[in-house]
Amino acid sequence: MSFLQYLISGISLGSVYALIALGYTMVYGIAKMLNFAHGDVIMVGAFTTYTVCSTMGLPPLLGVLAAVVLCTLLGMLIEKVAYKPLRKASSPLAVLITAIGVSYLLQNVALLIFGGNAKSFTSVLSVGSLKLFDGQLLITGETIVTILVCLVIIVVLMLFINKTKAGQAMLAVSEDKGAAQLMGINVNATIALTFAIGSALAAVAGVLLCSAYPTLTPYTGSMPGIKAFVAAVFGGIGSIPGAFIGGILLGIIEIFGKAYISSQMADTIVFAVLIIVLLFKPTGLLGKNIQEKV
Amino acid sequence: MSMLEVKDLQVYYGVIQAIKGVSFHVEEGEVIALIGANGAGKTTILHTISGLLSPAAGSVTFEGTDIVKTPGHKIVSMGMAHVPEGRRVFAQLSVLQNLKMGAYTRKDKEEISQSLKAVFDRFPRLEERQGQMAGTLSGGEQQMLAMGRALMSKPKLILMDEPSMGLSPIFVNEIFDIIEKVSKSGTTVLLVEQNAKKALSIADRAYVLETGNIVLEGRAEELLHNDAIRKAYLGE
Ligand SMILES: Nc1ncnc2c1ncn2[C@@H]1O[C@H](COP(=O)(O)OP(=O)(O)OP(=O)(O)O)[C@@H](O)[C@H]1O
Ligand SMILES: [Mg+2]
Repeated sequence: MSFLQYLISGISLGSVYALIALGYTMVYGIAKMLNFAHGDVIMVGAFTTYTVCSTMGLPPLLGVLAAVVLCTLLGMLIEKVAYKPLRKASSPLAVLITAIGVSYLLQNVALLIFGGNAKSFTSVLSVGSLKLFDGQLLITGETIVTILVCLVIIVVLMLFINKTKAGQAMLAVSEDKGAAQLMGINVNATIALTFAIGSALAAVAGVLLCSAYPTLTPYTGSMPGIKAFVAAVFGGIGSIPGAFIGGILLGIIEIFGKAYISSQMADTIVFAVLIIVLLFKPTGLLGKNIQEKV
Repeated sequence: MSMLEVKDLQVYYGVIQAIKGVSFHVEEGEVIALIGANGAGKTTILHTISGLLSPAAGSVTFEGTDIVKTPGHKIVSMGMAHVPEGRRVFAQLSVLQNLKMGAYTRKDKEEISQSLKAVFDRFPRLEERQGQMAGTLSGGEQQMLAMGRALMSKPKLILMDEPSMGLSPIFVNEIFDIIEKVSKSGTTVLLVEQNAKKALSIADRAYVLETGNIVLEGRAEELLHNDAIRKAYLGE
């Protein structure tokens, strides 16, 4: 029974990684950059909810909404101010280093406002736990909601990309910005939209993560951010189903590693699995491998 | 009023001047050929017209409107389409998705499906392969797709950059037949080609470009018999 318990915890943690990884992978696919500040957007989302709910005492739904709105705007602002001016830079390193700078900036602004002491985050979810098999299997409300939210988001996202014009524009821009513009697609607006969606997902991930693991510091986003990056690479960076599968698998591996091998070694195991997968499949599990015709 | 009027165009890549003051015009219904050796600046001119590049000086007037400052993505809906060099189809998307992308700026579903039907009539191969990923098409099929995709925007003016590049002689003939048909159906064509003989044989007028300057212009059949042209571009 404990196996099932761990599996469900793993899927739940993996769902959070998947939500974050989606942002990484979409931004990479479209802007061809690794947005290392993405993890810190999670932290901003969590602090927003914390402020609205715990400090101001407003209802949880409002807190989540505020986080989503603020992070969406923040994502678009970061793109416009920090990354867009570097889009034509001669070296891709320029924007990568800027992203690391933005990451530190967000952490330190949070440190200024909220201080370094850990805050205790009150779960925004008031769903009861589910007891199965005479109480042998206990699934918390957070776990259930996290998994459901992740599933709904991935389905909606796939529908958005495959069925709407804006989604198709994202596919076109991710392949060839010039050709996309020749179709009449507004490339800048499409990139901004991608950052907006990725950051909104990060806000949701932040709230879910802190509801399940309720300590909040200015550095809360960085480890999940790195893990989600690993998940995105693991699944094949640029691939949306890849980010989803990579995230879930990573969550399961981490929880199993903690439970069956060693809780100190769990992160080591996660990264080791990544290295092994990349050795055999350098483009990740679902990475694209198409050859261009000359 | 000319359909397209390019005046004193100058374009730089960094400090290197690729286009050094080029002027030409395209009248409605014409097929205009722009010929010149590798690196003469043909692609640069087309990119500047369709808004992928901004000129340092000069003007591009499309149907009376100066479009130099117009954001690139807004030029398509004014009635200009561009078949880029090297086709640049969306390799990961299906043939059908590529064609629909060509109609991105259009709203009327009914009219779009009529255009799709017209494209399939013109390129039956594309209809047979509409579900196939564009990246797996042959080079010639990709060229047809790139042309079909451009036609999906129902352009008044179509810019084509070396549509015959890398194709076998049979495909080259087929592509030029199609260009003639597109022209007969009322679309104005600005054609960039290395295959000067073919281009001149279907064009009304032509301009010859050398390292960023227009060095010769005239009626296509006259250029076809011009000794300098025959030596330099027709390999005779
Ligand atoms: N992105 C770029 N950066 C710097 N220089 C460029 C760039 N693109 C083109 N050039 C230069 O500008 C000049 C004109 O290039 P362009 O591609 O317009 O030539 P072309 O006539 O289309 O040649 P081809 O027939 O080989 O396609 C060339 O000298 C080329 O090296
Ligand atoms: Mg060229």
